[in-house]
Amino acid sequence: MSKTLALEVKNLSVEFDTYGGVVKAVRDVSFQLNKGETLAIVGESGCGKSVTVQSIMGLIPTPPGRITSGSAKLDGEEMLGLPTKLLNQYRGKRISMIFQDAMSAMNPTMTVGKQIAETLVVHQNLSRRQAMKEAVDLLARTKIPEPEQRAKQYPFEFSGGMLQRAMIAMSIACKPEVLIADEPTTALDVTIQAQILNLLQDLQKEYELSIVLITHDLGVVAKMAHQVAVMYAGQIVEMGEIDDIFYHSRHPYTAGLKAAMPSNKAHEQDLKVIEGSPPDLFSPPKGCGFCARCDYAMSICEQRPTPKFQISGDHYAHCWLLHPEAPKSERQKLDSFMKSERSDVT
Amino acid sequence: MLLEVKNLKKYFTISRHQHLHAVDDLSFSIGEKEVLGLVGESGSGKTTLGKTLIGIHDKTAGEVFFKGQQLPDSYTKNDFQRQAKDIQIIFQDPYNSLNSRMTAQEIIAEGLLIRDKSNLAEVKDKVAYWLHQVGLSPDYMSRYPHEFSGGQRQRIGIARALIVEPKFVVCDEPISALDVSVQAQIVQLLDKLKDSMGLTLLFIAHDLSMVRYVSDRMAVMYLGSLIEIGPSNDVYFDPKHPYTKALIASNPEPDPKYEREHETPLIKGEIPSPINLKPGCRFIGRCPMVEARCREETPALREIGENRQVACHLI
Repeated sequence: MSKTLALEVKNLSVEFDTYGGVVKAVRDVSFQLNKGETLAIVGESGCGKSVTVQSIMGLIPTPPGRITSGSAKLDGEEMLGLPTKLLNQYRGKRISMIFQDAMSAMNPTMTVGKQIAETLVVHQNLSRRQAMKEAVDLLARTKIPEPEQRAKQYPFEFSGGMLQRAMIAMSIACKPEVLIADEPTTALDVTIQAQILNLLQDLQKEYELSIVLITHDLGVVAKMAHQVAVMYAGQIVEMGEIDDIFYHSRHPYTAGLKAAMPSNKAHEQDLKVIEGSPPDLFSPPKGCGFCARCDYAMSICEQRPTPKFQISGDHYAHCWLLHPEAPKSERQKLDSFMKSERSDVT
Repeated sequence: MLLEVKNLKKYFTISRHQHLHAVDDLSFSIGEKEVLGLVGESGSGKTTLGKTLIGIHDKTAGEVFFKGQQLPDSYTKNDFQRQAKDIQIIFQDPYNSLNSRMTAQEIIAEGLLIRDKSNLAEVKDKVAYWLHQVGLSPDYMSRYPHEFSGGQRQRIGIARALIVEPKFVVCDEPISALDVSVQAQIVQLLDKLKDSMGLTLLFIAHDLSMVRYVSDRMAVMYLGSLIEIGPSNDVYFDPKHPYTKALIASNPEPDPKYEREHETPLIKGEIPSPINLKPGCRFIGRCPMVEARCREETPALREIGENRQVACHLI
C-alpha cells in the first residue's frame, strides 16, 4: 500500500537567543505525515513539540527565534524560509492551525462569524455577504447550535468547548490539506473533549484531512492517532505506527510515560514515576537527552549521540540499548519492565 | 467521622433576582485518614465546595462539623487562626497561588510564624526539613517562585500547607496544571505524606483516572449537587448515575486497540448555567433516559448498596 505524503519535515532545528544563552529548542527533528492520517506528537511541556509546528507555520518570532536548518514540505512544496507574502498563500488555505487556548487565539473585539468570514474573504475572494453565509454554514458543520445567532456573538459569549468548535470551523474554512492541532482539548473537560475529538475524526473523514495532533495525553493519542512521534528534550526519541508505540515500544522514555499514566481498566496498579526533570536545553547533553533519568543508562549514553535504529518497518527509536552490541542484561531489564506494563493494560 | 457536612449551600448573589447555586444542599462525611476524591466538570462547584469547607467562602446555609465541633458560618480572623492549624488547602494553580515577592522560605514559614515568632532558627530548620520532604533541595530556600518549574512550585505549595501539620487538607486540583509525568510525581508525594502523617484529604480533580488512583471513595458533582458517591473502584467500574457513566466513558483509555473497538458514547451539550435553577433533576438536558418524574422532582441522594449513594429516580 503506497501512502502519499501530506507533510514532510526533515532535520528541523530551531534555536532561541535569550539572556541566558542560546536555547536549542528543537534539534534535528524529522517526521512525515501521510495523507488522511493523524500524526500525534507526544511529550512533556518544554520538549519542543509546539515550537516544531510553529516553525512549520512560520510563527516563530525572529529574532529571538531562528530556524537553523531543515525543511518542511507541504505536498512537495517547501514552506520554510518563505517570505510572509508567499507563506500566506499556504497558511490558512492549505495548512491551518488550532490552538490550545481558543479564548486568547481569537480576536475579542470581533464577532466570531466575522473572524471566520475573514479567512474566506482573504483566501477565496468571496464577498463579505457570501463569506458570512459560509461562516454560518461552517459553524453548523462543527455542530454549534443556533449558528446564525452564534455568528453574531463575541468570543466571550462562548464557552470553552464552543469556542474550540468555532476555531475548528475557521481552520477548515478553506478546506486545508493539513490541520495542525496544538493541544486542542487540554483545557477542556473530558465530556467536551470527547465531543471535540469526535468532531475532528468526522471532519478528517469528510475532507480527507491530514492532522498533526500535539498532546501530552496518551488517551487522546490512542483514540486519534495513526502514527506517533515521541519527543523529549527537543528530539524525537521514538516514532512509529500507533500499535508499535503502544504495544512494542523500545525506548525507556516511552515506556516510562505509559507507566506514569493510570490505566482505566486495571483495578490495582502502581504508578511508576520518571524521577527528575528534563535537561537544560541551554547546553543539551552530548549523548542521549534522557540518560540522566533513564534506569538503563550506560556510559555510552552520556557520551555519544544516539543514532536512529530501525525496529521494524516505520518504527524507529533513538536508544543505545538497541545497538546489537548493547549488554543483554540491561535490555532484558527494560523488556521485563515493559512486559509487566503490558500485562496491566491488556 | 473527621468531617461531616450537612445540607451545605453556597449561593452567590448576582442581582436581586439572580442567585448562582454553586453548592446546593450537599451532605457527606469524610472519615479519619480517608481520601475522598471529588470529580465533576468545570463549573460543577467543586472548588467552591472546597473553599466553603475551609472558610474562604461564607456558608449560605448548612453545617460543617470538624471532629464533632461545628465550624462557624463565616470566619473571623480568629477563626482562621484557630482552624488553619488543622485544616489546610493546596491550591490549583501553582503559578498564581504563591506570592511572587516572597522567597520559598518565607512562603513555607508563613503559617508557622503567624503562630509563633520566637524561635526563628527552629522555623528555618523546619522549612529545610519540609523542602527535603517534598523532594526539593534546602538550598532553594532563598529562591523566588519564578525560579521554579510548575511541579516544583506545587511542591512548595504542598510544603506550605503541611508544615503546620494539619489533620485535613483540601487539595484543589493540585495536578491539573502539570505534565503527565510530573502529575505522577506529585500524586506519589501526596500519597507518601498522607500515609506518614495520617492525613485526611479531599482530593478535587477532573481527571477521573488519577482520582481513582489516589482516593478511597469518590464523589461526583454536577451543577452544585452531589449525584453519586461510593468506594472509588466501585464507582469507577460500575457507575450508576447516567452522568457518571458518561463521564467515565468519555475518558480516553491509553490503549489504541480498546479505543478502536469501543465507540465513545457522547453526551450532548454542555453543563448549563447554575443561575436560578429550577426544580427537577439537574442532568435533564443531557440525560439519555429522562422521564416525566425527572422534570418535576429533584432526586435526592439515596442509599443503593453498601456505602453507595446515587441521586437518580431511575435506579
